[in-house]
Amino acid sequence: MGIAAEALKDFKGFSLKKLPVEEPLSPGHRACQGCGEVLALRLIMKAIGSNVVVCSATGCMEIITSPYPQTAWRVPWLHVAFENAAAVVSGVEAAYKAMNRKGIIDSPDTVFFAYGGDGGTMDIGLQALSGAMERGHNFVYACLDNEAYMNTGIQRSSGTPYGAMTTTSPPGKKSIGQSTQKKNLPAIAVAHAIPYVATASPAFPVDLMNKAKKAAMIPGPAYLHVYSVCPTGWRHAADQTIQVAKLAVDSKVFPLYEVIDGEYKLSRKVAKPKPVADYLKAQRRFRHLTESEVAKIQAKVDADWDTLVKRCGAEEAPAPAKEDE
Amino acid sequence: MKPAVWTGDHFFTGDIACAEGALAAGCRFFAGYPITPATEIAEHMATRLPEVGGTYIQMEDEIASMAAILGASCAGVKSMTATSGPGFSLMMENLGLGICTETPCVVVNVQRAGPSTGLPTLGAQADMMQARWGSHGHYEIIALAPASPQELFHLTITAFNLSETYRLPVLVMADEVVGHLSERVVIPPAAAVKTRERVPASGRRDRYKPFQRGACGVAPMAAAGAGYAVHVSGLTHDERGYPDMSAAGQEKMMTWLTEKIRANRDKIIQTESYRLDDAEIAIVSYGISARSSLAAVDEARAAGIRAGLLRLVTVWPFPEELIRDLAGRVRALVTVELNLGQIHLEVERCARGQAPAILVGHAGGAVIPPEEIVARLSAVSRT
Repeated sequence: MGIAAEALKDFKGFSLKKLPVEEPLSPGHRACQGCGEVLALRLIMKAIGSNVVVCSATGCMEIITSPYPQTAWRVPWLHVAFENAAAVVSGVEAAYKAMNRKGIIDSPDTVFFAYGGDGGTMDIGLQALSGAMERGHNFVYACLDNEAYMNTGIQRSSGTPYGAMTTTSPPGKKSIGQSTQKKNLPAIAVAHAIPYVATASPAFPVDLMNKAKKAAMIPGPAYLHVYSVCPTGWRHAADQTIQVAKLAVDSKVFPLYEVIDGEYKLSRKVAKPKPVADYLKAQRRFRHLTESEVAKIQAKVDADWDTLVKRCGAEEAPAPAKEDE
Repeated sequence: MKPAVWTGDHFFTGDIACAEGALAAGCRFFAGYPITPATEIAEHMATRLPEVGGTYIQMEDEIASMAAILGASCAGVKSMTATSGPGFSLMMENLGLGICTETPCVVVNVQRAGPSTGLPTLGAQADMMQARWGSHGHYEIIALAPASPQELFHLTITAFNLSETYRLPVLVMADEVVGHLSERVVIPPAAAVKTRERVPASGRRDRYKPFQRGACGVAPMAAAGAGYAVHVSGLTHDERGYPDMSAAGQEKMMTWLTEKIRANRDKIIQTESYRLDDAEIAIVSYGISARSSLAAVDEARAAGIRAGLLRLVTVWPFPEELIRDLAGRVRALVTVELNLGQIHLEVERCARGQAPAILVGHAGGAVIPPEEIVARLSAVSRT
């Protein structure tokens, strides 16, 4: 049995009827209306609980939760710089380890949680994240992926999907918008041979919380890649956040899966996939795409899905967590 | 689609003016990374460069952005990046690589208050010494300080011309106020924009040495892939670009890197004087603080104080002789800047005790009001 499987053998999932009441990330923060990112972060925090130290990269979630002298955090929280959230959480974890060993504190179960956006994780923060995973610190890292630098006003990142409009990938006669394919960071995390990697979405809150809890229970590095809808940057109405997030999963654009001790496992099979066009049409950042471009994106989504299913070794996914009770 | 030189009367911000200045100067490669208050330069270049056959690339951080513009320049394309405080810090190692390898390019720093994250949305002029000495080792650098969106347009062109002429990265040290200020910007007809190009390699390919000095102490530059063998290294190197790991080799290369700037100081340094001829008190200022100083001179004159302004358009290399001569003619030198005394110390050094050097400094986050300068001038005039 692998490290993760061993740690999870008594794992009990959440149910919508019995969610934790505590809110380590409190309401009253300054996120935009309909922000999927802060919703995801809130759910992660509910799942992890209050015995936690949180380290933040620079980004929307840093800005909107910590406008001095206010804070939305009810747990210890640090922000240092843009690129080093994973390095900071490494230091915090090492310090707790040393203090526990010396008997200065008695806090063996504290969870060390770091998060960053797609830019802070996939671009400028990748080096620090890779180092922390390689050193094997006991921490949870969540990439809250809203597919562009939203804090500075919608600039492309390596998490921006092909064809998307941002201010630095403007579509026009000479440009399709974002010209490159989205970086597969979960696969990069898997390549570090860490015990736990998962993708999750706030549209499937029980699944997201279960994965956050698992990540916290497992010793060693755990990586969560969380789909974080951004109405402001993606250009759709603020009340469409959950619909867009559901469409992303139902169209196979953002598959939900786990990689436990290196073994891929689909979290949710998609029996009747929706066309990718439905997903793209829901957001104005894709409005310039022609039918042939949409067809190209559909083909890529299908190919990526097939690759994923092959990695999972089976067509059948386990019964999904109950989300609709 | 707009032409590369967007001739006409415009009303836009300094950041946009900077991007347009770069395009007018012939910049066709921009590597960027979002950072307040310089993001708008990247955004504008992302829209404009494809229109004029250029390339915008967004890199994964500022380290990579600086590396990318050096690479583009080695390939023969005029290149630029733009950033602010934290990003400028990340660029320092590769800035040194550009200096050592004599690679022309332009780095714009729309300064915000630091250190560290500081005041991301508010201005300062506190990276002036970092501009001078931020990368390790001893070197000469060129840094310009625009005081308005119009000047940011022109000085970006000047920066490209200097970088092409002297083969080094040139710094445009703007600040948040100038970068975000919207003002009238007049872009001249394309024919009236004077641009300079690096001297290309010529002659027999087997005899070309990439660092063999020519006119002005600068070596002609072959673009990578143009047929000339080039060897470019951050190690101390000889005329061929091959490593020379000796004290003598180091001295030779350091002489190249420093003398090409020192020997051409008179051609590089630009300053502006305002009511200095009969001044008893001289203000030395640059960038946005020079605009406060300009108003202060007139207000002080109206109050009977004979004040004048020396505005530094070029901050590095520093106009040492000018300050020394000025110090011999006035009762005091007052340096006005948005930091707690950086250029002030240079002024004090160059004054050589002939006149007291006084600082009207500010920690950053706001523009120095002219009244504050006038109050200091009148205090000085009474002593």
